[in-house]
Amino acid sequence: MLAAPVSTHALPAIVDQVFILFKDWLVSFLPTSWRPAAGVVLGVIAIVCVFPALFALTTVFERKGLGRMQNRYGPNRVGPYGLFQPIADGVKSLTKEDVVPLNADVMVHFLAPLTLVVTVFMGFAVLPMGRNMALVSLDAGLLFFFSMSAATELSVFMAGWSSRNKYSLLGAMRAVAQMISYEVPLLLSSVAVVMISGSLSLPKIVEAQSGYTGVFPHWYIFTPWGLASFLVFAIAATAETNRSPFDLPEGESEIVAGYHTEYSGFKFALFFLAEYLAMFSISGIGVTLFLGGWSAPLSFLNVVPSWFWFFSKVMLSIFVFIWMRGTLPRLRQDQLMNFAWKFVLPFTLLNLGVTALWRFMGEGWARWVVCSVILVGVYVLMGRVGMFKKHFGPRSYRYAE
Amino acid sequence: MTPVASPLAGYLLLAALLFAIGLAGALTRRNAILVLIGIELMLNAANLNLVAFWRFSPHPEALTGMMFAIFSIAVAAAEAAVGLGLVISIYRHAQTTDLDQMNRMKG
Amino acid sequence: MSPVFYILAAFTVAGGLAAVLLKNTVHCALALTVAFAGLALLFLNLDAQFVGFAQILIYIGAVAILVVFAILLTRGTETPREGVFSRSWLAGLVIAACVFSALGWAVLESARALPHETAVPSVTVHDIGAALLGRYVLPLEIVALLLTSATIGAVIVAMHEKGSAH
Repeated sequence: MLAAPVSTHALPAIVDQVFILFKDWLVSFLPTSWRPAAGVVLGVIAIVCVFPALFALTTVFERKGLGRMQNRYGPNRVGPYGLFQPIADGVKSLTKEDVVPLNADVMVHFLAPLTLVVTVFMGFAVLPMGRNMALVSLDAGLLFFFSMSAATELSVFMAGWSSRNKYSLLGAMRAVAQMISYEVPLLLSSVAVVMISGSLSLPKIVEAQSGYTGVFPHWYIFTPWGLASFLVFAIAATAETNRSPFDLPEGESEIVAGYHTEYSGFKFALFFLAEYLAMFSISGIGVTLFLGGWSAPLSFLNVVPSWFWFFSKVMLSIFVFIWMRGTLPRLRQDQLMNFAWKFVLPFTLLNLGVTALWRFMGEGWARWVVCSVILVGVYVLMGRVGMFKKHFGPRSYRYAE
Repeated sequence: MTPVASPLAGYLLLAALLFAIGLAGALTRRNAILVLIGIELMLNAANLNLVAFWRFSPHPEALTGMMFAIFSIAVAAAEAAVGLGLVISIYRHAQTTDLDQMNRMKG
Repeated sequence: MSPVFYILAAFTVAGGLAAVLLKNTVHCALALTVAFAGLALLFLNLDAQFVGFAQILIYIGAVAILVVFAILLTRGTETPREGVFSRSWLAGLVIAACVFSALGWAVLESARALPHETAVPSVTVHDIGAALLGRYVLPLEIVALLLTSATIGAVIVAMHEKGSAH
């Protein structure tokens, strides 16, 4: 499949498909019957290498970025600009003693990080990371992704429960409750995309967004329902990955480190890895659903290879994650739950109705006006009702006496 | 295992075994939640039957068995929610989930 | 019969047996998850992709979590001293064995009449969606109603009663 529809020049097409061509070249040394299986194995190896490498880079990036936001340097000792910090961290976590609490349920305690990392990695299998660059092209790809992300919740519970530590258990229960609550808006906001594109297959969803009007792309975020869905998706994705401001499961000031309090050494590193991998995969799915996946932001930028666009969009959303962490304070548990069930969920359900309206009003400017007015009106109304009889006075500080 | 020719027979036997395991669990455990777990296993065994019959039916494109399985999954989810809600409510009254101790209706 | 089927069957049965036999309630719930995962893989083996993924999403992602929450809310994490099996366990076991032998006998008796390998059905998610909103739209609506009433019912049943002792 070298016949890329938009690239007219030969060179960009080769650069665009360089990984696929490389894989085909490697596989061509094997007998024909082995080739499909070998291709899948190579794809798995690529995913297992690329994303942990990105994770290592992101940790440095995050610590330096947070340092800048908090008016300090961040890591700057190991290597130039502290770039080799993840290597030092990795060596440290591998050589540390693996402490298992005496009362812990050893089997479950051991299995929890493994099942977590495995289920998180499975989600990458369906992500289209470039033109023709999805590991498996499933007809029900989106459903597969969400079923894998739902399966991570049980690993979190296993970690918290098996540690026999009240902080671990509290953190796990918070994490599971939060992930269940925000999974509903996460799924429903993606359903809007499925309603318009008519497919659960991720490459087809990207294909449906790959057109251009003039130089501007047909991404779903540039429609009223798409923008609303994207915002809900972004909020739910932040909660789903336990990132600030929804990082109650790891609230250091209250429950030490949440469900991985009793993990040390390499197992702790696995939890850390899984958290960042979950961020990558959920960013990848958000990019695929709303930001046109691997398609270029402006039509003349199509000469740049597709995988570059996918990874830059993912890294951009990672930057937004870090920025939010440096900016927003942590929510309270009741605020978190009220927000999910009383604001986000009704708004998402309404958005589904608006999406159906958009689908059946046909082309023209009328649907833009009607859909935007409904969404903005409901947003303002729900905000007013939610804030009714709530008084926000000046902040008062109470110090320990 | 017995030498069975049709793959469908293998699936049906497996489903029967799972159903029996679930039934045994539901009938022998004391904890009400574990009784529910047994019932879930039985429902799943029935789903396996439905999907297996769909796969080996002469007209799989009619989707009958698969639709039945999808609806059955949805109904089982509702059943689990209500059942566990009842168990929690009973626990609040009786401070136990042990079914052998729930004999207040005994004459 | 492929070896894949035997492996998956052993995996599922092991999960199911563990869910019924283990002493610790949380271990039972986790073993139940193994059985659910095995069943999802069996559905995939039967070329029912959609049902397999739905099984993972609903059973592992929701029902197993619900069970685990219920266990924690009823303080069932510790193994009870007086044993985990009911007083009438022998009768239960006999009934289950009878049911299994009856079912197994019926299957084996009719094994010759059962169809052999058939072509892999090509059913896309699009077909399933069309069927759900076409021929099966009434059952779909009824299930929607059932799920709504079950949600409301579960909330009301589990809600704290006003003025109760604790």
